[in-house]
Amino acid sequence: MSAPAADLRSLRLEIEEFNAEYAAVLDAGRVADWPAFFSEDAVYRITGRENWDAKLPVGLVYCEGIGMLRDRALAIAKTTMFAPRYLLHQISNTRVLSVDPASVVSAEANYALFETLVDERTTLQQVGRYHDRFIREDGRLRLKERHCVYDSLIIDTALIYPV
Amino acid sequence: MPDSARTETPAASPALRWPSDGLSKIPDWVYTSPEIYEREVERIFHGRTWNFVALEAEIPEPGCFKRSFVGATPVIVARDLKGAVHVFENRCAHRGAELCRPALGKATELVCPYHQWTYDLAGNLTAVPFRRGIKNEGGMPKEFRLEDHGLLKLNVTTRHGVVFASFARDMESFEDYIGPDVLKDFDVVFPGRPLKILGYYRNTVPANWKMYHENLKDPYHATLLHAFLVCFGLMVAGNRSAMIVDASGRHGTLASARPKEGPKVDADSKAQMRAFSDALKLEDRRFLEFVREFDSEWSVTMQTIWPNLIVQRELNTLGVRQIVPRGPNEYLMNWIMFGYEGDSDEMTRHRLRQGNLMGPSGFLGIEDNEAMRFVQQGMLKSESDGSVIMLGGAEEGTSYKMITEAGIRSLYRHYRVVLGL
Repeated sequence: MSAPAADLRSLRLEIEEFNAEYAAVLDAGRVADWPAFFSEDAVYRITGRENWDAKLPVGLVYCEGIGMLRDRALAIAKTTMFAPRYLLHQISNTRVLSVDPASVVSAEANYALFETLVDERTTLQQVGRYHDRFIREDGRLRLKERHCVYDSLIIDTALIYPV
Repeated sequence: MPDSARTETPAASPALRWPSDGLSKIPDWVYTSPEIYEREVERIFHGRTWNFVALEAEIPEPGCFKRSFVGATPVIVARDLKGAVHVFENRCAHRGAELCRPALGKATELVCPYHQWTYDLAGNLTAVPFRRGIKNEGGMPKEFRLEDHGLLKLNVTTRHGVVFASFARDMESFEDYIGPDVLKDFDVVFPGRPLKILGYYRNTVPANWKMYHENLKDPYHATLLHAFLVCFGLMVAGNRSAMIVDASGRHGTLASARPKEGPKVDADSKAQMRAFSDALKLEDRRFLEFVREFDSEWSVTMQTIWPNLIVQRELNTLGVRQIVPRGPNEYLMNWIMFGYEGDSDEMTRHRLRQGNLMGPSGFLGIEDNEAMRFVQQGMLKSESDGSVIMLGGAEEGTSYKMITEAGIRSLYRHYRVVLGL
């Protein structure tokens, strides 16, 4: 941990704000706006904790570069067939782990993702943890890496939108 | 076929009588009846079938074990200290506890946590605590023999690193079981090259387990449900394709070939498929690349190995899927994604990138799972009964047409004999 405590606290607040905006975009179903939270060379992955712990590289969603994030957003919005639903994220327990000499910020946060299908009760689609690396571009934080690592190893039918 | 010999069937209860339309109509109760499900467990999963349980690459060393399933029955797949692979029930001989809990592990013996009955990696009982009691009071009777109380052992076979198990003692070889036409494409994915495990997905679907087989014996749905394939030219109705069916009707390979010049959509296909739009383009074209690494005329083969295995070769993304039924109305799907030992880092990442097509968040996988959920809901809640399986007329067996349901009819010809329907 290189930065003073006060700096880390303000970074944590900044990441909490970032995550609140990130969740707001996804919860509103604005999937086309989701790639803007990432840097050009970003890696985005959703994977089970069994894979993360065993260092297995697979992702339910595995994107290298912002082009692949945009392609996923396009496919979900324009080509994919699925029943309509609402999603709601709750993100908490944000921790700043380190800031490296190149100002890359490593951080974690827990998430819970609730899903509500028309005609059905709300379910807990998954709980997990974001393992993040942020960089700063034009004064704003952007995700260079986000690994969404879920504890809920058995997915109920399908996980459609990004986490 | 050996299954055909099973004719000791009691008459089906009146509600379970197959309709007179033969194979052109499948009654809903095949997918929803608890009585049918029980008969499937007895005659299919616990009957004369080879069930996928593991890849050898998951248990590479002596002492490695994996928790798996045959039908819904929990089993342990273990490699003993000499290297031989065994499969036995995950049920302590003493009180029935499911003794092995981790998905994968390594040990020199297996110990039930309840009373510490101890088994070797072949499922033999090796120790019972306080067998002679305390100070010769209590304990097991003198005639109790450890060798009479091992775990129930299954018949095991392997083919090029893929492990299968059967409750039947006198199974034919795996090669005879799946037949040469389906074995050919199985061996393309599993030529004996060591596999490199890339990871796991798991999901449930609230639908009958057979629906998953039928979906992959149904080339008709591919370009209609999966707009992604059409929009981005991965597969179109005009591509050369085949639905290969083995002689028994139960196994199959849904295959298609990408034209040498790469993906493209002709005007005729565009007109037929509502999904097609010239305006949609992928930004990252790496996703569509096909590295021609296989000795095969097909760029995609999806194999249904009855009763519980799917072998996926979709361009360069490879995986197996194990179907675990959970009653008539739900199944669990365990996916193992893999490449080959010796793949370059870039090849591994190519497989992972292309993996976005499949799985419970895959561009195709989402749609298959949603469609099957819709079908089960429709069947459970409606007054109408029966599916219409008439595409391609009465044709059965291997077909080179896209618009046919011959593979589904072939499966049900076999199924009706096994279940006595």
